[in-house]
Amino acid sequence: MSKYFKGDAAASKQVSSIGDELDKDKNYVGHKNITTLQATPQSSTFDPIERIKYGFKCFKIDEFNKHPDYYSKLAEKQEPKFLIFACSDSRVSPTNILNLRPGEAFMARNIANMVPAFNQLKQAGVGAIIEYAIVALKVEVIFVIGHSRCGGIERLLSLPNVDTSFDFIDDWVSIGQPAKAKVIAQNPCASDEELFTLIEKESVMNSLVNLLSYPYVRTGVADKKLKLMGGHYDFVNGNFQIMEVDYDIKPTIDI
Amino acid sequence: MGGTFKNCILCCTKKPLVVEDMATNGYSFDDAIDGLKKLLSEKSELHLVATEKIKELTAELKGVESGEFNPVERIKDGFARFKKEKYEANPTLFNELAKGQSPKFLVFACSDSRVCPSHILDFQPGEAFVVRNIANMVPPYDTIKHSGAGAAIEYAVLHLKVENIVVIGHSCCGGIKGLMSIPEDGTTASDFIEQWVKIGLPAKSKVQGDFGDLDHSDLCTKCEKEAVNVSLGNLLTYPFVREAVVNKKLSIKGGHYDFVKGAFDLWSLDFGLSPSLL
Repeated sequence: MSKYFKGDAAASKQVSSIGDELDKDKNYVGHKNITTLQATPQSSTFDPIERIKYGFKCFKIDEFNKHPDYYSKLAEKQEPKFLIFACSDSRVSPTNILNLRPGEAFMARNIANMVPAFNQLKQAGVGAIIEYAIVALKVEVIFVIGHSRCGGIERLLSLPNVDTSFDFIDDWVSIGQPAKAKVIAQNPCASDEELFTLIEKESVMNSLVNLLSYPYVRTGVADKKLKLMGGHYDFVNGNFQIMEVDYDIKPTIDI
Repeated sequence: MGGTFKNCILCCTKKPLVVEDMATNGYSFDDAIDGLKKLLSEKSELHLVATEKIKELTAELKGVESGEFNPVERIKDGFARFKKEKYEANPTLFNELAKGQSPKFLVFACSDSRVCPSHILDFQPGEAFVVRNIANMVPPYDTIKHSGAGAAIEYAVLHLKVENIVVIGHSCCGGIKGLMSIPEDGTTASDFIEQWVKIGLPAKSKVQGDFGDLDHSDLCTKCEKEAVNVSLGNLLTYPFVREAVVNKKLSIKGGHYDFVKGAFDLWSLDFGLSPSLL
């Protein structure tokens, strides 16, 4: 970085504001929904501002304005039953693949849908999400969803035999190391392709176990107020698997 | 008429005692009860455990009857709808996506259930790489404390080569409310939440300084937007982000979704490094 940078660092320029103007837009014809979407167009014609404007317009006119009671109630309070952990991958938004409505699921999205163990120094981000979801929102289900062709899991599988190193990715995906070790030990003859899918699923199980390192999760599970579930979305074949788990935390026995 | 009616009632209320299907292998309800009674008469030490389990089963069956929230059914229904209405209806798109993703956006949005970018910006599969956390925070570069956010940014910018990063705040954000409620002496009561939202402390200081006379709710709204600006600034602490922005391969934008009014704001951050001035 040049020592004499001409930093325009905090210049915020109002680009556009969409609100009441939409309600007055008489020329709005109706948006193309996904059934007419084609594969991604060439980038030279792509305008991110127009895309965002268009997207919000679709939502406002086709959804928000059509259900005023639902949205005004939601504006006062959210009461989601789910906390969902999903990968940041653009192809696996739980809202899309599980047809969720606004207000149904509190969501955490990160690389490879990882839940690290309780760690106040290194994992405040995930900790805050779990703490808020259980203590403030009292969600009933924590659902961790893995998926096919996960880049994070692919990276985990290839470690440590890699050419490039990253500042963050390798540390983060290593949360799944126990899952990788287990799968490799139990499947000595599996191909890389098979290992890939097995680790995607085992990593979900590993995340469910890590959830139990949070005291509010343990209490919720013991009191049977909280259910933990795993899932795996395979977008190559169009399938979805659910892994239900039962953690039976029994009362203490005084000997 | 009366006779037919009486027979109908009998048929409707008669519980089938034998369910002859593959699920039970012809093993009846009576068989199950007899088996349990026999076991408990032989092993009285199991009575306590059995009582608990029977109570649980009763509650569970009551729940199923009364149409209580059934998460497995909800997920099943949701996926079935997606598969029929989108996945199978768009084979070209999903075949392409199965091979790889090339989203144009990296989006940071709050975990709040009301602000999913797939809803409010109508993002379809393949369009946006999304990070969701409390109060849509982008922490500054820190390989120890913030590997999660760092990994997502690193992957999106270096591997996927997204062209746009958008950080979207929203109205009535619980995380921002929490930030504004942290007492002056900085003491915290939570394990994680306050520590996390403190990423936005510079925003709190700024809005308290500039808008100290506003009421708490309006102050929170100002902070929601200013916290987005703090996050935009934090993005620039990642060298790979700075490089991409300077090379004009990446744009950085902030947004704010107001779900009370039904409005969306969007603004951009401009950043550049001049060539040597001497």
